[in-house]
Amino acid sequence: MLSNAIERIGLGLFAFVEEIGGLATLLLDVLKWTFRPPMRVQNLFAQLDFVGVGSIFIVALTGVFSGMVFAHQSWRAFELFNAESLVGPTVSLTITRELAPVFSALMVTMRAGSAMCTELGTMRVTEQVDALETMAVNPVQYLLVPRVLAGLIMVPLLVMIFDLMGLMGGYFVSVTVKGLSAGTFITRTQQWLDPEDIGEGLIKGAVFGLFIALVACFKGYHASGGAKGVGQATTEAMVASALGIFILDYFVGVILH
Amino acid sequence: MTAPAAQPMIQVMDLEKAFGANKVLTGINLSIPAGSTCVILGGSGSGKTVLMKHMIGLLKPDHGRVIVDGEDIVPYGPEDLERVRRKFGMVFQAAALFDSMTVYENVSFPLREHRKELKEEEMREIVKAKLAIVGLKDVEERFPADLSGGMRKRVGLARAIILEPKIVLYDEPTTGLDPITTDYVDEMILDAKKMLGVTSVVISHDIASAFKVADNIAFLYQGLIVAQGAPAMLRHSEHPAVKLFLSTWFGKN
Ligand SMILES: Nc1ncnc2c1ncn2[C@@H]1O[C@H](COP(=O)(O)OP(=O)(O)O)[C@@H](O)[C@H]1O
Ligand SMILES: [Mg+2]
Repeated sequence: MLSNAIERIGLGLFAFVEEIGGLATLLLDVLKWTFRPPMRVQNLFAQLDFVGVGSIFIVALTGVFSGMVFAHQSWRAFELFNAESLVGPTVSLTITRELAPVFSALMVTMRAGSAMCTELGTMRVTEQVDALETMAVNPVQYLLVPRVLAGLIMVPLLVMIFDLMGLMGGYFVSVTVKGLSAGTFITRTQQWLDPEDIGEGLIKGAVFGLFIALVACFKGYHASGGAKGVGQATTEAMVASALGIFILDYFVGVILH
Repeated sequence: MTAPAAQPMIQVMDLEKAFGANKVLTGINLSIPAGSTCVILGGSGSGKTVLMKHMIGLLKPDHGRVIVDGEDIVPYGPEDLERVRRKFGMVFQAAALFDSMTVYENVSFPLREHRKELKEEEMREIVKAKLAIVGLKDVEERFPADLSGGMRKRVGLARAIILEPKIVLYDEPTTGLDPITTDYVDEMILDAKKMLGVTSVVISHDIASAFKVADNIAFLYQGLIVAQGAPAMLRHSEHPAVKLFLSTWFGKN
């Protein structure tokens, strides 16, 4: 029993290391093909549009409600110490440093990562990837580079939108609902919130965006076994992306300080 | 039309390929003269597609050589393979059209990638002409999902020949087509050889069309080419698997 469990953990660990190796190889491949002509501008714009523009609405909505929920809860806590004026800084720091990058990346994973993985997986199992290759077009350059770049570029931009909407949500609950003075909310927030906090969120956004796009591409591109295989690849990509976001969140946070 | 048989266009030597424990090809030797049509026959799952994918470098063998137009492509990386692949067109078993693109975008795709000097108008003309060759018209703006299986296959065919390649690989071009379209595709393969001197490799289940288009037939069985030669020769093969396979068709007719 126990040895069996240890063996299973060992195999799991082995598979994990193998996957990390696969991701790293893919990253290098993508890097290499990013800088070779021809530039696939049209494909890049299509992905920027899909990953970024297409996610604005859900990220904005998540942002507003995260800000509102967080303001509401911290108000309840700070009320006990008559420190309601600190709600603004608390909300803004938490949002810019943590909530915006993590939640934006999760939303992009669900919306765009899953679609990316399914699309690439379907292209793989229906031999469309092979067809590209036989037509002397490099599939990494044609399919993967635009997707990975779109993740890298668009998630930080979405984080900015989340920041803005989150602050507005926090402002709405503190000032409009709870009656804090607008001046207090704004000056206190300005006092505490530094550009570095926003920067930290953006860097995290870029790291997460790169990671989730890479995972979706990796799983989709190497899918096999028909529709079932594509479904399985997408499930694996979603789980790995979500877990990876939280794990990376910790390490990027530590490295930045 | 007598093809110069001296220089083989494709030569496969001692090719072995396994997927894990599944030994699919165990020592393939096959030589395809320039300008000829070679049909590969074999049961389903016998490794015909795997063999074909080695010819264009989509798969790497565990052992052996694949010589295309004088170059061993086995050690080649992506850049060299891209150069070699410009000599090829390939028709996939399930067409493998890009389903996010219209028929026009699919068929013009190779032109857009490799004939950038062409104007949009010229591309339209070429696409139209190629679609006419495969017996399709006014389908340019439709998406692959809106086409029947036979039509998809013919669009795939048009895409494969749009750059007028030296070598065309057909993976089951007639499977699932009605008899009239099957005849049409057979004629197309014959015409491509006669008019353009194309070297063709055709995977088939269909013994009638195999005997019609082939200069040579290779019979794949249990990882090996167990019989090869002109159709008339193969018909008298003594190999039990070949006899059984052929009798299913000749028996009926
Ligand atoms: N990419 C692959 N990975 C693992 N096994 C494969 C792969 N491609 C083909 N096979 C296996 O190789 C064998 C031959 O397949 P294939 O060449 O497609 O047969 P067919 O003669 O019908 O075209 C089958 O058993 C198939 O499962
Ligand atoms: Mg096949």
